[in-house]
Amino acid sequence: MSTQPASGSVSKSDGAPEQEVSLAQGRAMLDKELKSIIADVLGIDEDQADAFTDDSGLFGHLPELDSMAVAGLLTEMEDRLDIVIEDDDVDGDMLETYGGLLTFAEAKLSEA
Amino acid sequence: MIATWQAPLQNGKTSEELLFAIDRERAKRVLILPALFDEANKMRRFTVQLMRRLDSVGIDSFLPDLPGSNESTTPLEQQSLSSWQMACADVAKQVSATHILSIRAGALLAPDNLPGWHYAPQTGSKLLRAMLRARTIAAREAGRDENSDQLLELGRREGLVLAGWQIGDLMLRELETAKPSKSELHSVIAQKDIGGPGLWLRAEPDEDDAQVKTLATIVCGEEEISE
Repeated sequence: MSTQPASGSVSKSDGAPEQEVSLAQGRAMLDKELKSIIADVLGIDEDQADAFTDDSGLFGHLPELDSMAVAGLLTEMEDRLDIVIEDDDVDGDMLETYGGLLTFAEAKLSEA
Repeated sequence: MIATWQAPLQNGKTSEELLFAIDRERAKRVLILPALFDEANKMRRFTVQLMRRLDSVGIDSFLPDLPGSNESTTPLEQQSLSSWQMACADVAKQVSATHILSIRAGALLAPDNLPGWHYAPQTGSKLLRAMLRARTIAAREAGRDENSDQLLELGRREGLVLAGWQIGDLMLRELETAKPSKSELHSVIAQKDIGGPGLWLRAEPDEDDAQVKTLATIVCGEEEISE
């Protein structure tokens, strides 16, 4: 799946077309916001954050992202995405890659 | 510019603490109440940048080390929010502050009797939540399973080391409920009023000319800022 922000070209062959569009739009908006949060934490431009893919490494890959920075990142996600992140939610898969974090945020939002 | 101040401690003694001061005996004298713990480190560069900007627009400012913070040799685990509040009220008198400017959780320490601003104030519970989370994430990384609720329970009785900070039991209990002062003399400056991301979010300390300029303009009030 693409993690590029809304480009209008997101398409998948399965699923009903209308639902597919809104899901894709939702994901693109979340992707944009999540990248903006990471850009704020890492102090990089949004353009640079746009280059993140599902496989881009986060915790354990970027020296800036120590446990305190990750804690700040999660707290900011709670505020900006209006979600609550529990201790049990936080695991290696969720923090290791950008795709993992995006999938987690998506799942949290769909719970709400 | 580097001076010292005598901080009152809860045991009735005092400790000598560092004071970064830009004092040219001008009318407006702003006591800065710094961000706390990890955010203090991340925001110090920005805070000093702000003080230099305030100086350039004719405002004196004072940044005290709280006992147990920054260069202080006083044990942090013996400090509490209430002891820091007492210390802040005292240092305000020592430097003859006319205003306060708190940064982030520094708002929890603001004396009610001086006018001023809370920049991006943070509640104690949010601060504590982020620090607990940092500890549980680090523990998990090290293969230990720790849980925030159990840590809190322990911390309320015995204090806790959070993200490297020795938080005493009283400090922890006070943080759980502490909210920025609601004095009518204080106004809130939200990050959206400043523009750009808050620098406390940064993994590394940073500075930002545009943000400092906007913040200084607000503190300066109606007085014109000359370029």
